[in-house]
Parts: sequence; structure tokens; C-alpha cells
Amino acid sequence: MTALVTLRNVTKSYVRGKQKVEVLHGVDLTIETGEFLALMGPSGSGKTTLLNLVAGLDQPTSGEVLVAGDRIDRLSRGSLSDWRARHIGFIFQFYNLLPVLTAEANVEVPLLLTNLSKAERRRRVQVALELVGLAERARHKPNELSGGQQQRVAIARAIVSDPTLLVCDEPTGDLDRQNAEEIMNLLQALNRSQNKTIVMVTHDPKAAEYASRELHLDKGLLTNDTRRAA
Amino acid sequence: MKYFSLVWAGLWRKKTRTVFTMISIVIAFLLFGLLQGINQGFSTALSRLDVDRLYVTARTGMTDGMPISYLPRIRNVAGVRAVSMWAYFGGYYQDARNPVPAFATDAVELMKVYKEIKIRPEYIEAMAKTRTGALIGDALAAKHGWKVGDRVPIGTSIWTNKSGSNTWEFDIVGTFDSSAYGAGFPSFYLNYSYFDEARQFGTGQVHYYIVSLQDPKQAQRVSREIDDMFANSSVETRTQTESALAQSQLKQLGDINFIANAIVGAVLFTLLFLTANTMMQSVRERTSELAVLKTLGYSDTKVLILVLTESLLLCLFAAAVGIGLAALVFESPALQTLFGNFSMPLFVASMGAGIAVFVAFVSGFPPAWRARQLNIVDALAGR
Repeated sequence: MTALVTLRNVTKSYVRGKQKVEVLHGVDLTIETGEFLALMGPSGSGKTTLLNLVAGLDQPTSGEVLVAGDRIDRLSRGSLSDWRARHIGFIFQFYNLLPVLTAEANVEVPLLLTNLSKAERRRRVQVALELVGLAERARHKPNELSGGQQQRVAIARAIVSDPTLLVCDEPTGDLDRQNAEEIMNLLQALNRSQNKTIVMVTHDPKAAEYASRELHLDKGLLTNDTRRAA
Repeated sequence: MKYFSLVWAGLWRKKTRTVFTMISIVIAFLLFGLLQGINQGFSTALSRLDVDRLYVTARTGMTDGMPISYLPRIRNVAGVRAVSMWAYFGGYYQDARNPVPAFATDAVELMKVYKEIKIRPEYIEAMAKTRTGALIGDALAAKHGWKVGDRVPIGTSIWTNKSGSNTWEFDIVGTFDSSAYGAGFPSFYLNYSYFDEARQFGTGQVHYYIVSLQDPKQAQRVSREIDDMFANSSVETRTQTESALAQSQLKQLGDINFIANAIVGAVLFTLLFLTANTMMQSVRERTSELAVLKTLGYSDTKVLILVLTESLLLCLFAAAVGIGLAALVFESPALQTLFGNFSMPLFVASMGAGIAVFVAFVSGFPPAWRARQLNIVDALAGR
């Protein structure tokens, strides 16, 4: 296995009002290609901050962030946008679909940034929706879908451009148990059958059980790293 | 083009607000189209007027008379092809609220000056032979059902004849078609010689000399010579080209250009704030959606362009509808009669499109810039 994500001595601090708050204190981390990593920890421990750094949404205060061979801590805002479009698929807690677009139009949004033809974009959207089991709801708008279905559309959007890394921020946080299990099964299937590397922030120990590796953060420091046998 | 569905969908996120904003823009551009169209209509009508015709009036005002003795002197100025004259009759038919634009003239000379009037030669001859004769425009004849041979009583609030009456009787000896000169061209002519003999006062006076030139390039020189000829006389003259005269008459109604521009300016200024407010609200409501787009790899500049395009689409679409409606209004029979075969000038449509782009840019830029500057982490966290 090769390292897809490497963090070296990463710190991150924010200025809130007049106060400087250090959220991450010298984190070192390696995530291998094909891993399904669950990031756990109490609120304020720095999980989402770490996820944002790995996903290229934010820049570290110090340290190195190497993802898919790129030192993303050195990239400009514009370059980071391009980089995210090529390498990262996002899944949010509240789905964050565009309410005015149909499911298929939502899934197509990342592909608009590519040079693919309209026919090829449509084909890929169709494949992604079939993969998440929602091909027959392609023409429905988000408000016509259940929470679980909306999260499936969000997953289809995340995988449609075949990203290097899937990052999920509490993907089951807004779902009931049954829908949460379905979503976790889907993510696990993507990890196992498609060899997708997944980094997931969760509070839910049951959701974390689907991951191949569990990492705990507390007060900005990694405290516990557990790997599970497949 | 592939982003069109994204932009269009964003525009209709709040349908009611977008519809109301669009209606406001449509009305503003309808008003713009109508006012600027009318403005251009007057300009077009003025440009159609001949430059080889000069109008001589008293310097003190168009309603002050000039001696008829000026006629042969003007005719003798080098470069003058023909001269006719008009004296106001100020007529009405049966009721003062039913005006008849009547002028006393020398019909033979008048037809030489207004070459595009269509009239049968026998009518001009009949007019010369009939002292109480009248030549009337086709439209006026159709309006009152008058025909050649009819005797019509025309009242005037200015002139009393020597029998002490304000109602004069005329024999219609011919009709003519003056559509080439638009609907405003006088449509009732009586013989000046008869009028001058029969009126109780103001004899020997006319209000206009209409001078036809051999060469339009001589207009300035001939005008100057005529005015110089009567300088320091009891009635000094002002000689203008037809379009200059029409412009000065329009000025009496007020500066139409200024009024049109002032109204349109005020409306568009208000529109700027309305559209800016709509766009600003729209972007504020979509903070997290725009952050998601950025998360998915849309660059800051791309997001700025998407928001600006939305503003552009809103303004251009509504402006096109507004100007299109104005163009339809100009096809109405009433305006066609006023301006004579007039359509919305392409210039006005282009100017409208330019203003729509300006409004879109100015009102869309602040929210677009705000969207551009959006920090993903803060926006997703709802900060």
C-alpha cells in the first residue's frame, strides 16, 4: 500500500475575535490508498479542521500536507480549486444539494468543470446514480427525496468525477438508523469494490465500525489509532 | 453554455421575487423604449424634412405677420427656385373643438415648393380660377365626407370677413395627397388673394414665406442674404431650414430629449438599486450553496462570473421583453400616423441592451464580489 495522504507536524490556529485558538497541535498522519478512515473525537477536538486540511478546503498554519503527491499547503486558492475538482469527492452531513436542480443535474455539477461532452457527462451521471441505487429518481428535485435518498445523490455527486479521495463530514449525522446503515454500507462497498480511499468524520461509533481504521482526536492531538481486519 | 442550467436555476430559486423584479425591469425598459423611441421618431421625422426648403418668419415670432411685399424681393435672391407663402387662417368646422388646419396661400407656387404633394393638375388650375376655392387633403376629405364641388363653411377665431362674419364659405375644387410630409402637414388651403381682400384687418400680411432652393448647399448663404435684406426694416426676418424650424417648434413643447432622458435616467437609477437588492438577497440566501460549488472545485473567479451572468440574464431577458413590447406599441396605427411608417430604431434597441448590461454589471458586481470572497470553511460552518 502507498501513502495517499501525509501530514507532517501540522498545526492550525484560528483568530476568533481577539483570541488566537490553536485547534491542531503538530499532527503527524499517514493515510494509505484504499483505506477507510473514521476520525472520531469529542466536539472541538479538531476533526473537521483536520478533514478540511486533507480536503484542501483550508491551509495549515504550519507543517506539510501532502495529498496524492501534491504539497497542497503550498497551493494558491485558485490552484487548490482545480486540485479539489480533480482529487476530492465531498459528502456533507446535510447533503448540501442545490435545491433548484434535479438529482441528475446535481450530480452533473462537478462534471461541468471538465471538458467532457454533454453525452459523456450524462452517461457518467447515469452510472453514478445507478451505483447509489437512485437511477429511477434522476428527475426528482431534492425536496422530493427522503434524507437517505438525498445523501445517496450527494454520494453520487462525490464519486461521479472518480476522485482520488472521498471525504465525509458526519455523513449519517442527519439520518435515522436504517438510512444511516444503508449509507454506511454504500460507502463501505465503494471502499471495498472500487478501492476508494475514504476519510470520514463521525461521532457515531456504529458508523465508525464500517471503517477499516479508527483514529481518535482529542484537543488537537491524535490519541488512538486502531486498524481493523477486513 | 454548459453552465446555463446552473445559472438559470439559480435565477429562479425564489420565483416570486424574480418575477416581480423582472416585471419592474420590463416596465422600466418599456418606458425607456417608448420615450427613446418617440425621441428618435421626432429625430427621424425631422431628418426626413427637406434641406432645400427655407422658412422665412418674422424675427419677433412665428405668429407675427410680414408684409406681402417681401415676396418678389425674396424671389429675386440668387439661388431661389420658387417662393410661396402661408397666412394662418386658424379654421374650425362647425365647432371650435373641431379644428381644420387652414392656410391662405398661392397654390400654384405652393405645389412648386412642395414637390411631393400628389395633386391632379386640373385641381391646381381650378384653384387659380376660383376665388373662393379650397384644396383639401385626402384625409381631411375622408374625415368630413367632403368632395369636390362641396361648399363648406369654415369658422375662424381670428379673422372677420367684410360681411362681418367669422364663418367663411369655400368651394372645394380639389383634393391632394401630402402623406410624404407626414400627418402634421396643413390640409386645407384657400386663396391668399381672396382671403386678403375679404378680411377686415391685417391685410397685406403673411406669416411664412416658404422658399425652395435650386441647390441645398446654398441654404446658409440664401438664408443670410434674405435676413440681411430685411435687417433694420420694420419687420426683420428669421430664415431657417425646414428641420431647424420644426426643431424650434418642438422646443416650444419643451425639450423632449431632455424630458425623455430625465425620466429614463430616474427609472434606471431606481432599477439599479432594485436589481442590486434582489441579487444581494439572492446571494446572501445561497451562501452555503456557493460554498458547496467552491468545495467541488469551482474557482473564486468562476463563482463571480456565475453570479454576474445571473444578473446579466435577469436584466437582458427582462429588457428584451420590455423593448420588444415598446416595439410592438410603435406598430400601432396611431403612432404610425404620427411618425409615418416608423419602427423602433435599432439604435434604441442596442442602447437598451447596453443599459441592461450596465445595470446588470453594476447591480451584480457587489454580490458577485461577495460570492467570490466567500471563505468555504466559514460559509459551511454558517459563520
